[in-house]
Amino acid sequence: MGDALVIKGIEFRSRLWVGTGKYKDFDETKRAVEASGADVVTVAVRRVNITDRKSENLLDYIDPKKYKILPNTAGCYTVEDALRYSRLAREAGVSDMIKLEVIGDEKTLFPDTIGLLKATEILAKEGFIVFPYTNDDPIMAKRLEDAGAAAVMPLGAPIGSGLGLRNPYNIKIILEFSKVPVIVDAGVGTASDATIAMELGCDAVLINTAIASAKDPITMAEAMKHATLAGRLAYRAGRIGKKLYATASSPLEGML
Amino acid sequence: MRVTINGEAQETAATTVAGLLRELKVAPERVAVEVNLTIVKRADFEQYTLNEGDTVEIVNFVGGGGAWEMHWLSRV
Repeated sequence: MGDALVIKGIEFRSRLWVGTGKYKDFDETKRAVEASGADVVTVAVRRVNITDRKSENLLDYIDPKKYKILPNTAGCYTVEDALRYSRLAREAGVSDMIKLEVIGDEKTLFPDTIGLLKATEILAKEGFIVFPYTNDDPIMAKRLEDAGAAAVMPLGAPIGSGLGLRNPYNIKIILEFSKVPVIVDAGVGTASDATIAMELGCDAVLINTAIASAKDPITMAEAMKHATLAGRLAYRAGRIGKKLYATASSPLEGML
Repeated sequence: MRVTINGEAQETAATTVAGLLRELKVAPERVAVEVNLTIVKRADFEQYTLNEGDTVEIVNFVGGGGAWEMHWLSRV
């Protein structure tokens, strides 16, 4: 329908992006990713298991020829660590994209936005396509854009909380301020949360826990696919205004 | 020669990064390698010489989406 999301010349078929953490096994990961219809899949960088050489590689299940692999710096608490993970991820050879996380605190997993800004600036200069995971703060989103972020990824609520978009008004302001795409990352709990993000005008949503930790991840992945698409269509269609009183939808002329 | 690989001290007969990966039966295509905190480009694996006491990190991609992931590099 001519509604592709294009970031730095890369065309994204799907506006639902998914994570690959917390699944029972790689087979379930693969089936959930397929059911979600997502073409962007985020992955973490970790040590190769050298004691169990038969251990399988995620990329044997999620084919980098079929999906856009978005490595992330999950678990990094300092700028130095985030840079180190990013450079290693690029060297592993699937893309120049990086979902950049610099976490400020273990309990909330809220971003350390000052560190995030520094890391974004450095990585953008090194030619990375940087997707920073940030707070729902319009000023910080603008700063990240100015520092070279390819898109901004504000949280809807804390990671894994499933609380939905706690501050849709801030997200709306971020959308108004931003010249780069806005992708809601974290906080989605169920399908309607994804729809709300898309109805607001967000360019995409990234979801992991809500799918992987659902009772039936494969069915939830499918629900998220439809929810994201429905929200996008509703955004493009343009919702009606909200009014306090009724407006009849049937004509009043010709009544008996 | 003795080197530290992914946090564990190991004995190796390999003299290069490529040799070490072969010895460990790790396919070089989807990994990234650091020696003493310096990234080794894949094209240099064959030539890059290992020395006694080197610290080698070999990483790849695993499932993950958010910050709940275990953090390891800073604990090295």
